[in-house]
Amino acid sequence: MSWEMFTRGATLALALAAGIAATPAYSQTTLRIGLAEDPDVLDPTLARTFVGRIVFAGLCDKLFDLDEKLAIVPQLATGYEWGGDNKSLIIKIRPGVTFHDGEKLDAAAVKFNLERHKTMAGSNRRTELTPVTSIDVVDPLTVKLNLSAPFSPLLAVLTDRSGMMVSPKASQEAGDKFGAKPICSGPFKFVERVAQDRIVLEKHAGYWDAKNIHFDRIVYLPIVDATVRLANLKSGQLDFIERLAPSDVPGLRSDNRIKVSKIVEIGYQGITINVGKSDMAKGNPLGKDAKVREAFELSLDRDGIVAVAMDGQADPGNQWVAPTNAWYAKNAPLPKRDVNKAKALLREAGVTNPSFTLMTPTTSDAQRIAQVVQVMAKEAGFDVKIQSTEFATSLNLADKGQYEAYLLAWSGRADPDGNVQQFFTCNAPNNYAGFCTKEMDALIEESRTKLDAKERLAAYEKIAAIASKEKPVVYLFHRHWLWAYNTKVSGLRTVPDGMVRVQGLKFN
Amino acid sequence: MFNYLVQRIGTIIPTLFFVSILIFGLQQLLPGDPALILSGEDRDENVIAYLREKFHLDEPLPMRYLYWMGNVLQGDLGESLRIQQPVLDLILQKLPVTLQLAAMAMVIALVIGITAGIVSAVTKDSVWDYAANVISLWGLSTPNFWLGIMMILFFSVWLGWLPASGYVSPFEDLKANLASMIMPAFVLGNAIAAVLMRHTRSAMLQVLNADYVRTARAKGLVERIVVLKHALRNALIPIITLGALEFGTLLSGSVLTEQVFSIPGFGKLIVDAVFNRDYAVVQGVVLVTATAYITLNLLADLAYFLVNPRLRG
Repeated sequence: MSWEMFTRGATLALALAAGIAATPAYSQTTLRIGLAEDPDVLDPTLARTFVGRIVFAGLCDKLFDLDEKLAIVPQLATGYEWGGDNKSLIIKIRPGVTFHDGEKLDAAAVKFNLERHKTMAGSNRRTELTPVTSIDVVDPLTVKLNLSAPFSPLLAVLTDRSGMMVSPKASQEAGDKFGAKPICSGPFKFVERVAQDRIVLEKHAGYWDAKNIHFDRIVYLPIVDATVRLANLKSGQLDFIERLAPSDVPGLRSDNRIKVSKIVEIGYQGITINVGKSDMAKGNPLGKDAKVREAFELSLDRDGIVAVAMDGQADPGNQWVAPTNAWYAKNAPLPKRDVNKAKALLREAGVTNPSFTLMTPTTSDAQRIAQVVQVMAKEAGFDVKIQSTEFATSLNLADKGQYEAYLLAWSGRADPDGNVQQFFTCNAPNNYAGFCTKEMDALIEESRTKLDAKERLAAYEKIAAIASKEKPVVYLFHRHWLWAYNTKVSGLRTVPDGMVRVQGLKFN
Repeated sequence: MFNYLVQRIGTIIPTLFFVSILIFGLQQLLPGDPALILSGEDRDENVIAYLREKFHLDEPLPMRYLYWMGNVLQGDLGESLRIQQPVLDLILQKLPVTLQLAAMAMVIALVIGITAGIVSAVTKDSVWDYAANVISLWGLSTPNFWLGIMMILFFSVWLGWLPASGYVSPFEDLKANLASMIMPAFVLGNAIAAVLMRHTRSAMLQVLNADYVRTARAKGLVERIVVLKHALRNALIPIITLGALEFGTLLSGSVLTEQVFSIPGFGKLIVDAVFNRDYAVVQGVVLVTATAYITLNLLADLAYFLVNPRLRG
């Protein structure tokens, strides 16, 4: 009897499994994008995660955008000019743009948004817009941003969340709950969000650039595990995935259903060294002596680290931007590995076998990088102890200066200022190294106030000269943003900020 | 029985009170400043100060507990620090998913586990017994993560029968819902089935040798009635306890399985919340699952009375 019941049950279960073949839950004009994480709050003023910016690329247009070469191009703006003494920026607004709720986007709306970024409690945009002292509405389609001093990174700042415009009416009504149902002016409007499951956007009928929008819906699905993300792409459940695992790239070369695109990131992976954040800096030769830091850098073979730890999917680098970036300071070139010189420097410093602890996040990538660094540095005489630490804890320890060296990645900003200012200025929140000199502060200030690209680059060359001598950060490489997508997807633009721009994207 | 019921319910309230203190207190032992992690990459000092004030992070621990408990008693579990949605909404979003997954996994586990356990005990030392033991060992020794990935590769990537991951509400599309849940439910049920099988087998073997079973057989009852009515009923008591505990564990979320299949249940919610130091979410979810666990244990105790008439006296 029991066997009979079991057989019946098993037959039923098999029939059920075979019968309920996968059915696509969304129509053909839906683009399904697999994200590596679940975004945070969908309010451009409060948002803080990289992955959230990918969703904003479909939801909220910005005053300016970036092109594939990182040049700044207009989006909601049609043009700009710097005002007298470069202490103001006049922006022309695109006519005929409406928010998802039908409200007009005009100069008053832009003023409202910039003021919201600057004054809203908990705003993450306030610091980015600090030099903007006031905003004037010149005419219905012109705003003037008054600055405390010339501020060259401002345009780049406006290509990110600070340049995103939300409906003033909707945001006033929703208050700090706006992120639960954001209303912007991008190509797609918000439909629903189920935390950790999906974010659904629907085509905005009144979009100003409608001819370049080819989908009715976009569904963003956070799938944390890279293998599972790829399995979803292979099985046709997703059309596009971001952050493909580097180790999966070779396996996809022979798959003619899937394409892979890669872009060198605008951020970096590096080892931040405690040179002055706390007393721990003085207790360790690495933190105390720049010669020891130079020896440590010379003991590393960046090509080897990239090949082993990243499966070749990164560009070796020694600055806050990649060697291919226009802002790379050529006076501080990428040093080659030289173990003999490293040993000689250690002898000069009087410490032939320095020992330090490298605090490392718990991700498998970070572990691999730390292990390769440990083995390479050992050849020069370094004893590197790896301390694998959960991210929130590691951040807290770094903030208190309770570390010697910290393997840390930065997602990067389009303007080099975003990769430099908050890491090297005295007491800046991300200055975990505790590096602080008047000379560096003055140079960073100079780089921010010069509008001429040549003059700015000259300032960055001086900054690079100091940074490569003092080495508060030993930069390792710049990751490749790896995207994998179904071959039916075309029109993809590979912009180094890693955002998936939906304008022009379509199915063949 | 009524007195027993009142007595058991009476213990729930102080238990939940101590659980709430434990949840709150233990969480504070986690290293890391929630305001720092929630302030994002830029770590704006104004934002950090704002977050500390908004979520009372600067106040003494007892005060924070009182704020939280006061709100909980009014039905407000707080707001997620990270995505700024009410914790109750998040729990209500995830609860049906977790319940469905737990129920499906439990049905699979009970059908396979109890059936295999009975067959194994009744046909002791036969081929069927060995086969059931091998299946049980397989279930116990197969990591959920591996089995999940293998099932995705086989059923989704190669055969294309089932979606690789994701969740569809049964109210939206029942077929798609079952298609998305069958693999994770099997992965979870597989491991529990193995445990249930081992316990059913040993409980049945013990009972089948008891005097009253011999008496039943001597009375000339058919073997089916002896096994299913007389033996199984007694053997079920430890299985019910075990089943309730396993179901309770399933309700607290199955982190790895949910991660592999991208099922938006309690497991993913709580793990993300712990890593992001999203205190309100962690506290809310643990409180709800602890309550469910305690309630399930109460129901298991009550179920003893139903299956074993001797306890009713």
